[in-house]
Amino acid sequence: MKSRPNWPAGLFALAWLAIVLGPLLYLVTVSLRTRSEYLGKSAWSVPDALTLDNYVTVLTGGFGQYLLNNVVVTVVTVAIVVAIAVPCAYAVARSGGKFVQRGFTLLLVGLAIPAQATIIPIYLLITRMQLYDTLLAIILPTAAFALPVATLVLTNSLRDVPRELYEAQAIDGAGPFRVLVSLVLPLARPAIMTVVVYTALNAWNGFLFPLVLTQSESTRVLTLGLYDFRGQFGTNVPALLAAVTLSVLPIFAVYLMGRRFLLSGLTAGFGK
Amino acid sequence: MSSQRPSGWYAVPAFAFFALFAALPMVIVVYLSFTAWDGLGTPAPNGVDNWTRLVQDGEATASVGRTVLLMVVSWLVQTPIALLVGVWAAGKQRSRAVLSSIFFLPLLLSTAAIALLWQVLLDPNFGAFVGGPQFLGDTDIAIYTVVFVISWQYIPFHTLLYQGAARAVPPTLYEAATIDGAGRFGQFVNITLPQLRFTIVTSSVLMMVGSLTTFDTVLILTNGGPGTATRILPLHMYITGFVGFEMGYASTIAVVLVVLGTALSVAVMRWSGFRSMSSQQEGS
Repeated sequence: MKSRPNWPAGLFALAWLAIVLGPLLYLVTVSLRTRSEYLGKSAWSVPDALTLDNYVTVLTGGFGQYLLNNVVVTVVTVAIVVAIAVPCAYAVARSGGKFVQRGFTLLLVGLAIPAQATIIPIYLLITRMQLYDTLLAIILPTAAFALPVATLVLTNSLRDVPRELYEAQAIDGAGPFRVLVSLVLPLARPAIMTVVVYTALNAWNGFLFPLVLTQSESTRVLTLGLYDFRGQFGTNVPALLAAVTLSVLPIFAVYLMGRRFLLSGLTAGFGK
Repeated sequence: MSSQRPSGWYAVPAFAFFALFAALPMVIVVYLSFTAWDGLGTPAPNGVDNWTRLVQDGEATASVGRTVLLMVVSWLVQTPIALLVGVWAAGKQRSRAVLSSIFFLPLLLSTAAIALLWQVLLDPNFGAFVGGPQFLGDTDIAIYTVVFVISWQYIPFHTLLYQGAARAVPPTLYEAATIDGAGRFGQFVNITLPQLRFTIVTSSVLMMVGSLTTFDTVLILTNGGPGTATRILPLHMYITGFVGFEMGYASTIAVVLVVLGTALSVAVMRWSGFRSMSSQQEGS
């Protein structure tokens, strides 16, 4: 049916490709230039030689520490979210209790809360809890703000589970906990993957919570490290862009391995 | 069989966690908006001082205006592009699948990375457009530069939404339209757009709430400048609270942010029926 080639759309798509890809090529090529060449030559000129020195500069700086912190923040945040959102979604999907349903409604209202608006009271809470400048200070609020979407996605998926499966388990004499482990967890696996990806990306790329709730070098995460590199390296732009490139590589690796999960994770809960 | 259902306790950890770090802060921020607090000592109640100050604060009013401008222009830029690219990418051809996976790449970069990259790209002395307009330095242009960078980052996400939705449109509709002699443009207007209306609403809500809470992009790209040309509401709040150490007054600004966000969400839910959308999802 769509046999005629759609030339205008094709050209439009190619123009868009240039807008998307151009800056990324710039990012990688400048990170491979020497500093003097960056300062002395036009951005459009062909470089005389490529160098990996900028990457060495970055990697011998605090990059490893930032990366490690990022991994810790991401892994712990994901673990917390999955550990508490799955049972919650199970209860919302299977229990008719008013408490649970009202709590769920409240959680959905939370979808609209802008995290920025709560940053001052969160700063107050975190300092009063003596958690300021710890990785936990980043993890706890990040996890809390991931909960609404996580619970929504999981609940939607568990509601699709046929009633008969639950009933068959009940006839076998399984209690709610065994049902959770032997039925809910396997069936919700795609939804859990979505939640993992969505939460991980948010935690990995988070900026505001680390900016406000941490301070020292030892608790710095990648995004904040990049922000800091700008001041630290001053005019060493190729090194800055090498740091930016390095910060993208781990996610890019994940993207290559699990593109399907990543894409469904990004659009989690927004269905059609 | 009801005894086999999970008890409410299964939901308690999630609810408690959310209440402590998201719901409770909402209550505290309202309280703080009636206090003077420098971020270190104890917040001291000061009545409606912050609120009367807010009304007289020209910078706050101006930042609301900038936020609305950013929201509207972002929507106008992102929606048509995301819609067109998304519908185009929904086609079955292999080349489209390959291109669209490249289109998604900006989604992998953190906001901090994107803002730094564009700052370098647009640098007036060493960037890619030396001799061009002062994209970040001109008070008239800077906010549109911010819109551009935000669009660059988020259009891929909205494209993804539209691509998924366009794939779900029943092909029979197009077949019937072709038999009726409808052209490509007619099909787009009469079939594609109406079929995507829920997606347009969802995407628009996300865009608007996103614009309202844009923070890291502006902080890194322009820090609100030149002058205060790009100082939007969340940044005004951050600078007031964490740079100027006026946490009480910053909380007042935060409350305005919450009110705007909630009003926006409620308006859109009324207008579009978010509930009907989620039930539509369950039915699929």
